[in-house]
Amino acid sequence: MKPFAYARASDPADATAQAAADATFIAGGTNLLDLMKLEVMAPDRLVDISRLDLAEITETDDGGLRIGALVTNSDCAADVRVRQRYPLLSRAILAGASGQLRNKATTGGNLCQRTRCYYFYDTAMPCNKREPGSGCQAMNGFNRIHAILGASDSCIATYPGDMAVAMTALDAEVEIEGADGETRLVPIQEFHVLPGDSPEKDNILTAGDLITAVILPPPVAGKQIYRKVRDRASYAFALCSVAAVVEMDGGTIASAALAFGGLAHKPWRDEDVEALLVGKKPSAELFGKAADQLLAQAKGHGSNDFKIPLTRRVLMSVLQEATDTGAAA
Amino acid sequence: METTELTVNGKSHRLEADSRVTLLDALRNHLGLTGTKKGCDHGQCGACTVIVEGRRINSCLTLACMHDGDAITTIEGLGEPGNLSDLQAAFVAHDGFQCGYCTPGQICSATAMIEEAKAGWPSFVSDDLAGPDALSDEEISERMSGNLCRCAAYPNIINAIRQVAGGQS
Repeated sequence: MKPFAYARASDPADATAQAAADATFIAGGTNLLDLMKLEVMAPDRLVDISRLDLAEITETDDGGLRIGALVTNSDCAADVRVRQRYPLLSRAILAGASGQLRNKATTGGNLCQRTRCYYFYDTAMPCNKREPGSGCQAMNGFNRIHAILGASDSCIATYPGDMAVAMTALDAEVEIEGADGETRLVPIQEFHVLPGDSPEKDNILTAGDLITAVILPPPVAGKQIYRKVRDRASYAFALCSVAAVVEMDGGTIASAALAFGGLAHKPWRDEDVEALLVGKKPSAELFGKAADQLLAQAKGHGSNDFKIPLTRRVLMSVLQEATDTGAAA
Repeated sequence: METTELTVNGKSHRLEADSRVTLLDALRNHLGLTGTKKGCDHGQCGACTVIVEGRRINSCLTLACMHDGDAITTIEGLGEPGNLSDLQAAFVAHDGFQCGYCTPGQICSATAMIEEAKAGWPSFVSDDLAGPDALSDEEISERMSGNLCRCAAYPNIINAIRQVAGGQS
């Protein structure tokens, strides 16, 4: 690990001021320190935000929840309000990492975790995300875990997390305090970005920006499902995951929010897929059309070609479960 | 150099160390507590698991200087020869190891995991998010998935943990 200066932030304003002067935030550190040991990341200055007063889950005026940026994954998943009102979020968090990591990983840090692309991690290899302009070895290399949607000619990395996928289906907002002291809310769908020509950028944060919370809107009606497919039964990243919130009205689909993990550089959401489902009676044919719509632009790169039929099957299975009202056929 | 006050197994220590020193390296190399093991050093194997402020964490993935004032429990603090903790005794009784390298991490992890379950925390395999009534073998496996055993003593590790957790096979 390269040497760095360490300082503890006294409050959010101090943290954003230090970050604006080129310091890197550390909170749980589970991803950052791993990357620093490998020298994939080598910040000169770390500002420790782990003791800021951002570790509470509180009720919002409109009946939602405000999850402080330093609430650990464990505490968020175990919070009784989250479990009862947003079971999807508890399920998604519990599907990720290990007990030890969830005890350290924070809500804000989890949103910022980096891709697990093997070539990003291997400093002997070119990688446009790690070293812009150096090339992408994944494109024609081993790319089992890589993107099938929204990738670019410069990067096919995926966002690896589970939590943000659930938050995307729940229409969460990310609360960010800038170096100017202003706080802004960003819909989580706009927080992560596609790689395009600048894959070094994972998200919209700029120097000095501090995530202070994630805001969950009031709970919505309907069944909530998080389905994750991975290479091991536990403690592995998603090859494909689906977060679904589906409400039925009699025999028809009243509303559907669907977000996908493991497929793109960000949690993937396709409003056309959701629109196609709403107002219709559930059927295998309808679910097939939804999968066609979702995967119309999907592109495999060799080792990850399997993700296209896999995603189709996972989506159809989740929709089947989500729309099953228990009524006799 | 950073100055950090750590309370390890009830004893206070004043650590003077480079900011890069992980909690794991501080315990082993600076405080001489070599019960905590370095396996992968990347948070993947769980051999370095210790209990910080009541929570199990990977000590390899955290900086010692971030733990100023924290109370830390390592395997040495759970029990000692002649006065083993319940889990330590159960690992012996059930032969929950072969080479033993992962064992301190397994036992620290399981010690805190049992408390998590008692607090009603659900897991990925819990049918009901209200949490399980008892720790089934499936629940134990899922909750312990952050601790690898290269000798694959898993069946006996589960037997040992189940005995202490009071779950049903």
